[in-house]
Amino acid sequence: MNRFSYVRAAGVPEAVHEGSAKHVRFLAGGTNLIDLMKENVERPERLVDINRLPLNKIEDLEGGGLRLGALVTNADTAYDPRVDRRYPLLASAILAGASPQLRNAATNGGNLNQRTRCYYFYDPATACNKRDPGSGCGAIGGVNRIHAILGASDQCIATHPSDMCVALAALDAEVRVTGPDGDRVIPLTEYHRLPGDEPWRDNYLRPGELVTAIDLPAEDFTSHYTYLKLRDRLSYAFALVSVAVVMRLDGDLIREARIALGGVAHKPWRSPVAESGLAGERASRANFIAAAHALTEGAVGQGDNDFKIELARRAIVRALEQAAAGTPQSQTDKRVL
Amino acid sequence: MDTRVHDDPSHAGTASSVAGAREAIPISLIINGRQRHFAIEPWVTLLDLLREQEHLTGTKKGCDHGQCGACTVLIEGKRINSCLVLAVSRDGAQVTTIEGLADGDRLHPLQQAFVEHDALQCGYCTPGQICSAQGLINEGHASSGNEVRELMSGNLCRCGAYTNIAAAIMEVLDKDGAP
Ligand SMILES: Cc1cc2nc3c(=O)[nH]c(=O)nc-3n(C[C@H](O)[C@H](O)[C@H](O)COP(=O)(O)OP(=O)(O)OC[C@H]3O[C@@H](n4cnc5c(N)ncnc54)[C@H](O)[C@@H]3O)c2cc1C
Ligand code: SF4
Ligand code: FES
Ligand code: FES
Repeated sequence: MNRFSYVRAAGVPEAVHEGSAKHVRFLAGGTNLIDLMKENVERPERLVDINRLPLNKIEDLEGGGLRLGALVTNADTAYDPRVDRRYPLLASAILAGASPQLRNAATNGGNLNQRTRCYYFYDPATACNKRDPGSGCGAIGGVNRIHAILGASDQCIATHPSDMCVALAALDAEVRVTGPDGDRVIPLTEYHRLPGDEPWRDNYLRPGELVTAIDLPAEDFTSHYTYLKLRDRLSYAFALVSVAVVMRLDGDLIREARIALGGVAHKPWRSPVAESGLAGERASRANFIAAAHALTEGAVGQGDNDFKIELARRAIVRALEQAAAGTPQSQTDKRVL
Repeated sequence: MDTRVHDDPSHAGTASSVAGAREAIPISLIINGRQRHFAIEPWVTLLDLLREQEHLTGTKKGCDHGQCGACTVLIEGKRINSCLVLAVSRDGAQVTTIEGLADGDRLHPLQQAFVEHDALQCGYCTPGQICSAQGLINEGHASSGNEVRELMSGNLCRCGAYTNIAAAIMEVLDKDGAP
């Protein structure tokens, strides 16, 4: 780890002020940042410890939504009775990720801002446009089993590794941030960006901006939902492909369906075409297959990850079936039914 | 270099804003019930502080990257990977390591169960497994074998003692009448 100075922010204004300087990082749970600092991928000159900021509550919103403080841990979020009862998709996705120890330290703000698990990004001896702009991309033409099939660019094919964010995308969550220019609200689906020709930027957060909370809208997706995560081992592994589905049904007629894909792009992947194509249709396998093709429209493999295209399609169909039947994927009994 | 500062009353554990210098920062921790004071550089992990400064070498360094669970300790009763925690950021916290579980010469029920179930081979993962299991019991989300296995998945065992580890934990859970 490089040498750095440390300051413990006593309040949000101090954190924003400190965070606006160059080569500074906010320290939350540290489970991603400290790991990357040990690898010399992140080399901040100063850490601003935000752990004592009063952003550690889950609060009811007027009208029935829920506000998740940025510093609430992933574990406390998943096991919160209100989250469990009203947003079971979110609880399920969080519990599908990392390990109990990591979830006890990891925070909601940190989860949103965690960086890719691309092997080349992690290895400063290799070329990586995200870590070292302009150096090239080791993954293109290299080992790219875990990489993107959608929305990639010729400069970066990394994926965003979060499970939580895939559920948040399906739930139309909003990210509340505060910064040198005041407060703003960013829809989760517009929080992360595609790599384009600036792959070093993971999201639209501006310098000094701090995530303060994530808001969940008041919507009832407690009957028809699922989080289906497919990976190389059944626990404690990142998704190769994951699917979050929420649905509203009238008999077997779909009133609304939202599908977010994880592990396949630089951000949780949704498609208005795929979703509107399901609205008003029957909850049938044929319609689910059509939706899977619409959602993966334009998917391109990079060689090692070609299998992900078919895997994603099958996972989407299965997840839609699970959600329609009201039988969400269990994160304990790992059988995919 | 021994950077311990004992019985230093000159700072309160949870004092607000710490100056931003690169030099050692005063912190205090309650480790296995005893108040300890340190002056540490901000880049020292809790794992390194426990092993190198407190000589509590029961907590193991397996991967140093959050991938194995060998470094698991309890902070305020919750299990975490001490390799990914900067000690400065936990100023004032209560830390329990494997050394803090037994009651004198009487083994902790989990330690006893691990012995009885032969839940280890080389033993390298064991302190982390036992601290993690205590965290699992404190959390109260596991009762079935499947739940125990899933919620112990943050602890790898290269010797593959998993079956007996799960059996040992199940026995303690059943005796506790825990949920
Ligand atoms: C072995 C391992 C396995 C894992 N498996 C999974 C998995 O299967 N699924 C999954 O989803 N995740 C997984 N994770 C990742 C884990 O979820 C993240 O590391 C964690 O969520 C990050 O949260 P943190 O609070 O520790 O963030 P930190 O490490 O403290 O911060 C991460 C980044 O976010 C920034 N940041 C933190 N808080 C804020 C804020 N409030 N505002 C603005 N910026 C902020 C920091 O500056 C830093 O750049 C795994 C991690 C490890 C080590
Ligand atoms: S895919 Fe992106 S993160 Fe990975 S090596 Fe290429 S530029 Fe870097
Ligand atoms: S040493 Fe901390 S998880 Fe492996
Ligand atoms: S007993 Fe050897 S690693 Fe678990």
